Amino acid sequence: MQTTLKINGESWTLDVDPRTSLLDALRHHLDLTGTKKGCDHGQCGACTIILNGRRINSCLTLAVMHDGDEITTIEGLGEPGRLNPMQEAFVRHDGYQCGYCTPGQIMSATGMLDEVSQGWPSHVSASLEGDVPLSREEVAERMSGNLCRCSAYPGIVRAIRETAGEVSE
Amino acid sequence: MSVGRPIPHDAAVLHVTGTARYVDDIPAPHDTLHLCFGLSDTACGEIVAMDLAAVRSAPGVVAVLAAEDLPNSADTSPSAHDEPLLATGRVHHMGQPLFLAIANSHLAARKAVRRASVEIREEPAILSIDDALAADSRFEEGPRFYRKGDANRAIAAAPHRLEGRIEIGGQEHFYLEGQAALALPQEGGDMVVHTSSQHPTEIQHKVADALGLPMAAVRVEVRRMGGGFGGKESQANALAVACAVAARVTGRPCRMRYDRDDDMVITGKRHDFRIDYRAGYDDDGRIRGIEFRQFARCGWSQDLSLPVADRAMLHADNAYLLDDVTIESHRLKTNTQSATAFRGFGGPQGMVGIERVMDEIAHALGCDPVKVRRANYYADAAPGDAAPAPAPLDDGRDAPADTHADLTSRGTTETRGQPAPPPSGAQTTPYHMAVEDFVLGEMTERLVESADYRGRREQVRAWNAGNEILKRGLALTPVKFGISFTLTHLNQAGALVHVYQDGSVHLNHGGTEMGQGLFRKVSQVAAHRFGVPLERIRITATDTGKVPNTSATAASSGSDLNGMAVKAACDTIRDRIARLIAERHQARAADVRFGGDRVHVGGESYGWEEAVRLAYENRVSLSATGFYKTPKLEWDRIAGRGRPFFYFAQGVAATEVVIDTLTGENRILRTDILHDCGASLNPAVDMGQIEGGFVQGAGWLTTEELVWTDKGRLATHAPSTYKIPACSDRPRVSNVSLWDGRNREDTIYRSKAVGEPPLMLAISVLMALSDACAACGPHYPALDAPATPERVLAAVRRAREGAR
Repeated sequence: MQTTLKINGESWTLDVDPRTSLLDALRHHLDLTGTKKGCDHGQCGACTIILNGRRINSCLTLAVMHDGDEITTIEGLGEPGRLNPMQEAFVRHDGYQCGYCTPGQIMSATGMLDEVSQGWPSHVSASLEGDVPLSREEVAERMSGNLCRCSAYPGIVRAIRETAGEVSE
Repeated sequence: MSVGRPIPHDAAVLHVTGTARYVDDIPAPHDTLHLCFGLSDTACGEIVAMDLAAVRSAPGVVAVLAAEDLPNSADTSPSAHDEPLLATGRVHHMGQPLFLAIANSHLAARKAVRRASVEIREEPAILSIDDALAADSRFEEGPRFYRKGDANRAIAAAPHRLEGRIEIGGQEHFYLEGQAALALPQEGGDMVVHTSSQHPTEIQHKVADALGLPMAAVRVEVRRMGGGFGGKESQANALAVACAVAARVTGRPCRMRYDRDDDMVITGKRHDFRIDYRAGYDDDGRIRGIEFRQFARCGWSQDLSLPVADRAMLHADNAYLLDDVTIESHRLKTNTQSATAFRGFGGPQGMVGIERVMDEIAHALGCDPVKVRRANYYADAAPGDAAPAPAPLDDGRDAPADTHADLTSRGTTETRGQPAPPPSGAQTTPYHMAVEDFVLGEMTERLVESADYRGRREQVRAWNAGNEILKRGLALTPVKFGISFTLTHLNQAGALVHVYQDGSVHLNHGGTEMGQGLFRKVSQVAAHRFGVPLERIRITATDTGKVPNTSATAASSGSDLNGMAVKAACDTIRDRIARLIAERHQARAADVRFGGDRVHVGGESYGWEEAVRLAYENRVSLSATGFYKTPKLEWDRIAGRGRPFFYFAQGVAATEVVIDTLTGENRILRTDILHDCGASLNPAVDMGQIEGGFVQGAGWLTTEELVWTDKGRLATHAPSTYKIPACSDRPRVSNVSLWDGRNREDTIYRSKAVGEPPLMLAISVLMALSDACAACGPHYPALDAPATPERVLAAVRRAREGAR
């Protein structure tokens, strides 16, 4: 089935089996292997991408459902020599060990900061209205869908809070 | 100076841009085939019929292989040759590979295997420790014993006695990158294999065996793993062998990655243990005599279970001097996944046993558990007491001639060596090794102060008195972890260093990178030896074609072994350059200094690049190998005597928790850690290992529960049902400090290994939970692991009602 995806600002038309997940379309059909497959059923967050401005698990959706949609993957955030602030912060704060969850963590954090800027509260927010200060607990709650088996969480949280302009821990 | 600094990860920029390549990211030729195993749905039985016609005719399938189709008897075991790649006649656990589908796509292969028609005559499965004991189903002929003194007599003579049992669950590795391999056939039948393995040499050996090739015809490459934790020491064998065999059969490149559910159902996990204990102690809580009976559930094949169970015995003392002690170990064979290496390698289970005893003694005496622990500690080493230089090792031993033997695997059961007795008067472990580098007395004192243990003990007591529903608990536990492979000959490493004409340095060694920062540390060593900035050092993928006969990157030994081997290689080249420069200046080579990206002699200096160019023009070899073997080791694993470890890494943690006595839910409120990395090679890496290890250990002991059905099916085969720690499961307050000591032994820059030891700091979480449960009633709660809400509730009930 023919589908056109706008990925990192570029249009790609691909012909895939309708049951192909967006993750497999990215990795196997477009060779965009920066997006990782950890569990393939929406539990680990390694495959997080940004779809039309919102973070999603790309393993839980089919490529053909996204004809014409705008997709940002880790490759679209920045590249070696031209890192974006979130990527730089992950380097500075050692936000990884083995690195396998890192692209998903960075994409998820990027989407999450956007949600915060729009005033979305989380389960641990004190108030449903107004600005949300990005405390450690807020970050932990909002990033709970991204597992890191090495538990590099301290560095991940520091990197995210620094990018958000909150004081480092 | 590059050593001792918190340098960022070598692949940092690659990781944050998604350009770091893992095995499944490596671009493969367009005709690459994809593999999937068909799995047994029965835990134990005989294969009566296996009709694979429908698999063969499935769309996209190129070939299907069962055991009888294999060109050689492909075995994937790292020890006893008891793991055929594909089942032969019988099945031994649910999830055992029966056949292999080779197809044009990963999805086609996965779909095809579902079409098989397999008839298995089911037999009663041995699933639990009790089942195995009833059937006397075990590895080795019977239990192993380590003995020191007369435990039975000492227990009988002691003023107080207790006995009990603790059940300790296993743990799924859940490396975020699943198992993966890619085999590329070469001319003349040779094979190149990319694998996500901690043990490239083992893969090379198993692939060569399966293809009927000499090892020299197989080259294995590992650039990095997305986590290993022990789960890729032997468990990567099956995929690599399958890919190589399929590539041989089809003549095409073959790749394989387990789907996550398959991964969890097929591969081995941490051994679950039952430990029965009987102890006699005095009024101060000092143990007079103690017996442990350890039961390890090993699964269906031997794998690495013998050395894992050995290491559990070797850590049954943890930090405590036991004069009269017997440790008995049963290695039980069951129809479940073959339990394997997992960070700590049995050590954590052994330690939990004695920490439980300390906890229970303190409860029985009504005194502070820290006091009981201190009363039993080994004595601290005298400060500044450096170890004597090692005597040269005798290398005149003959190597076994069996070419199938897994010489580089921890599964090899060598028993040679007649260890010398420890010095008279030395404090010794239950396996008669002198403990000469103990520092936990002083470390504990420091942590008790910095964590305000005594003040918070009172606060917890007061808080509990005022709270009916929620109860807090506090515990401080030590870790003393032995560093070295217990199979002595594995304690060797090689390195290969090239310096090119432009001054760039190509660095290679036998260790593999799985996130632990090994490459970073080792490149710091190289940069330091040459006195050049890190940017000049190029770290390259681990490759059996560059450094042969390597040991697994395991036993926390990666930096110790490979750091030393790299140092040796660099020094060889450095000394050659020094000799050349010295000659030109009529100076002594020893007076040539390397630093600041320059080579200094007398009052003059050369830029590094200029010095390298001069060396090249003067026909000086700029390539060298390096080799290292750990000194002082002598170990007899059957007698339980000798010195299996070069030194001990130590640490201490104090953890505070809160439980909800209505639901059993619990949280870690605060953890204070003081950990000993010797003179740290890279404090940033070491802090990451400590924080990460602690959280992973806390997961093992709290939320990570493996459940098998009564048919032997692993019910928790995905992250939806198996709960590893998320960001919010970290302690709310976490204070981690490095102990500012140097290794007494002559290790690389006097650092200490750090991969595994911090995991066991999390025993403080289990003991703090026990403390919180004990606040609910007068009886000992006997909390088992993992301390899930259900087990916490049961422990609260025991504390109140006393029923065990």
